[in-house]
Amino acid sequence: MRYIPLTPNEKTAMLAAIGVASVDDLFTAIPADVRFKGELNLPAPMGEQPLMAHLKELARQNRPATSAATFLGAGAYNHFIPSAVDQLISRSEFYTSYTPYQPEISQGTLQAIYEWQSYVCSLFNMEVANASMYDGASALAEAALMACRTARKEEIVMSNCIHPRWRQVTRSYTENRGITLKDTADHITGRSEAASLEKLITGDTAAVVVQSPNFFGNVEDLKAIGEMCRAKKVLFIVAVAEAASLGFLAPPGDFGADIVVGEGQSLGIPLSFGGPYAGMFATREKHMRQMPGRLCGRTVDRDGRPGFVLTLSAREQHIRREKATSNICSNQALCALTATIYLTLMGRQGFADMAKNCYYAAAELRRRMRPVHRHPFFNEMLVELNRPAADVNRRLAEQGIIGGYDVSRDYPEMTNKMLLAVTELTAKRDMDRLIEAVGA
Amino acid sequence: MAQQPGARGLVFNEPLIFEHGRKGRKGCDVPKSEFPETDPAATMPPALLRGPVEGLAEVSEPEAVRHFTRLSQWNYGVDSNFYPLGSCTMKYNPKVNEAAARLEGFAGLHPLQDASTAQGALRVMYDLERMLCEVVGMDAASLQPAAGAQGEFAGLLLIRAYHTEKGNPRKKVIIPDSGHGTNPASASLCDYATVTLPSGPDGMIDLALLEKEMDGETAALMLTNPNTLGMFEKNIKKVCDIVHAKGGLVYGDGANLNAVLGKARFGDMGIDVCHMNLHKTFSTPHGGGGPGSGPVLAKKFLEPYMPAPRVTLRDGRYDLDFNRPKSIGALNAFWGNFGVYLRAYAYVLTMGGAGLREASETAVLNANYILAKLRGAYHVPYEGTCMHECVLSDKFQQEHHVSTLDIAKGLIDRGFHPPTIYFPLIVKGAMMIEPTETESVETMDAFIAAMKEIAEVAKSDPESLAAAPVTAKVKRLDETQAARQPDLRYRR
Repeated sequence: MRYIPLTPNEKTAMLAAIGVASVDDLFTAIPADVRFKGELNLPAPMGEQPLMAHLKELARQNRPATSAATFLGAGAYNHFIPSAVDQLISRSEFYTSYTPYQPEISQGTLQAIYEWQSYVCSLFNMEVANASMYDGASALAEAALMACRTARKEEIVMSNCIHPRWRQVTRSYTENRGITLKDTADHITGRSEAASLEKLITGDTAAVVVQSPNFFGNVEDLKAIGEMCRAKKVLFIVAVAEAASLGFLAPPGDFGADIVVGEGQSLGIPLSFGGPYAGMFATREKHMRQMPGRLCGRTVDRDGRPGFVLTLSAREQHIRREKATSNICSNQALCALTATIYLTLMGRQGFADMAKNCYYAAAELRRRMRPVHRHPFFNEMLVELNRPAADVNRRLAEQGIIGGYDVSRDYPEMTNKMLLAVTELTAKRDMDRLIEAVGA
Repeated sequence: MAQQPGARGLVFNEPLIFEHGRKGRKGCDVPKSEFPETDPAATMPPALLRGPVEGLAEVSEPEAVRHFTRLSQWNYGVDSNFYPLGSCTMKYNPKVNEAAARLEGFAGLHPLQDASTAQGALRVMYDLERMLCEVVGMDAASLQPAAGAQGEFAGLLLIRAYHTEKGNPRKKVIIPDSGHGTNPASASLCDYATVTLPSGPDGMIDLALLEKEMDGETAALMLTNPNTLGMFEKNIKKVCDIVHAKGGLVYGDGANLNAVLGKARFGDMGIDVCHMNLHKTFSTPHGGGGPGSGPVLAKKFLEPYMPAPRVTLRDGRYDLDFNRPKSIGALNAFWGNFGVYLRAYAYVLTMGGAGLREASETAVLNANYILAKLRGAYHVPYEGTCMHECVLSDKFQQEHHVSTLDIAKGLIDRGFHPPTIYFPLIVKGAMMIEPTETESVETMDAFIAAMKEIAEVAKSDPESLAAAPVTAKVKRLDETQAARQPDLRYRR
């Protein structure tokens, strides 16, 4: 076994040093009645050569979106990733290290987290951000829990224009805690109305949650909703499922959001069949000590030189146990590093230019398709079809085109409609093919 | 003194990325759009738009590459040297796994693509679930939990759903005092009160005490086996019987699974549900804190409650089944950390059953070797052989006012990552050493020599340990200042 260095002679010498006759003598603590005696029923060990051949064969049985004409988004987006990103995260000092519990030999990870926290604050225009959550959906769930904790109330009003799966995750995280989630019915108009959210607010409401751009690709009126929240004295939570939009749209922090969460996948992280991605989480300084997850802070060493440590850990499970703000331990550090490198390379202007290109492609698609809604948009839209989306997608698949998301899976009455996404990678000839195929 | 692996190297100073670059510099070339560059103001009010994001860097590609390369050089990874962090299983991260995750057929796959275009990925999921079930003797698995703590959460939700269907979700979860902090935090997330069970004098679960605490309102016992003292719960069957007799379920925390691969299985012990940490036992990298992957596994009767969707195989075709009326629901936007569990799939295929058993046997041999060599120089709070990790304490060194923290920092100067320190909480000044199976005897001997030398220095020159580390990028950092005056982001 090439990962295990010990030779039989070395094992013998080590057993002698321990003072036992055989390796089995080290397992006598396992009572006979629970000892596993047979051989695990697993495939025989494979060398690297046959293993790689097998994996390549499995990979060939997939048709990746990255090598097709694709119009699928709904929470995961096909953006360009500069080559330097993977080269840098492949530095094994980064990827083979553990959580930075020993700061003196983890300054690389720690400084990168500090830069990530700074970037997240800039993107959202918020005051403080954490080191990452599992993904956008679980970040939203944690935001709902944090809002209830902070406000000492047990109700969350959610727009039903939020990604359906994100709402489900929030439900899984909150329902046993006696927290009530109240959904609006704004999907018909495709945009959350401050009035319909306001109607659901009671004296026990901790927060109002919207996503922008929302699940249908429509940009929410964060200004009106934020003002309503302040008037009703409830916390305002904004979710961002498409982080590329942050290079184009005014950030949630501009509209008085108290907590902002997001999915960082668009920031240089491969689609990878749904994960690993990076959950973004930010809030106002006054709520800092109620945050879930790890925080990295800048300080000084004994010689007064700057350095970084994990801090405010009295919130966390390893200190506070059952009273912790969250049970999260491992997060998505390497994905947050990926996004940090991506944002560094794209930079102030490049990130904005990329986002504009997404918009230009979307504006063209909108002119050539039949959009269901007429709200401001970024790179995704619901379009009207002549047939059920599943039929259209089948026809597109025959031509090697990955079509849009069939929203009737989550909103059964929304038939003959499809959610289409474009990015800066969308080619004009692919859009032409899509339109021809859908129109045919 | 023998030569230690720790040496001096050229360490670069490197400012924050925000202190680099010049206005107008860029690290990418965004091509001109093929589409008409229409004015966004035509479709939305200008107040909804933003210009360039202030706060993002303005650096060229070579500057960015040098910045992150320098940062990486301040880190210590498994690829650097020995990383005996107890309960974290810092084993070697095979490179073929990295290559696997980067195959475009996997890395470029959108999670919502039609199943017909993702048969290879779905097969990986289906087969890995079956293989992981075999390893721990369970009937059903879900790969959705993104890390160990989310696996615990999922497992407890299964337990809650089971009890709820029987008419009473129950109120409490019993957790031994040696358990990881995530256990009580996960219980709390499921709205269960935590009952802490003090360990017996031998470090094991006190059966009489468990019997006393266990009642009809206790949903589950959550335990780690081998426990965090590196010891196997010798009465595990009896423990499970006591819990089951009152209608409770037993949850197994898989953090220490690397001790028992092919040697003992949770399912055979009477444990009903467990999680495993693929980033520990199954060799996937820790990434500086994540991403991990924490599959939840359970006995047949809990299968209906598993997170949705489930991967199915019908007539040779793999699919995702969302129609799961009893499911605890969704934990992530998609299907968990696919790129991570794909690496674990490559690892299981590399090792096979015999290889996994050899891994555990070697991990246990290595831990006992280190324990045998350090006994005498360091206090051993619980005697006897250990499983895959051994726990020492600073009791002898305290006589010279040298603490576990000083010993840990002294190890850094000698070129080693310190063990897990001050855990488990039930051992004062604990040092938990887990060598794993992927270390050579020379490396372990060098670590042992460093530990022994530190024990000597603790007597002769304790001040030098109080000053350690001196060879790292920075000296000990002021954590009090960090917490009192939080500086959590760059401000211009």
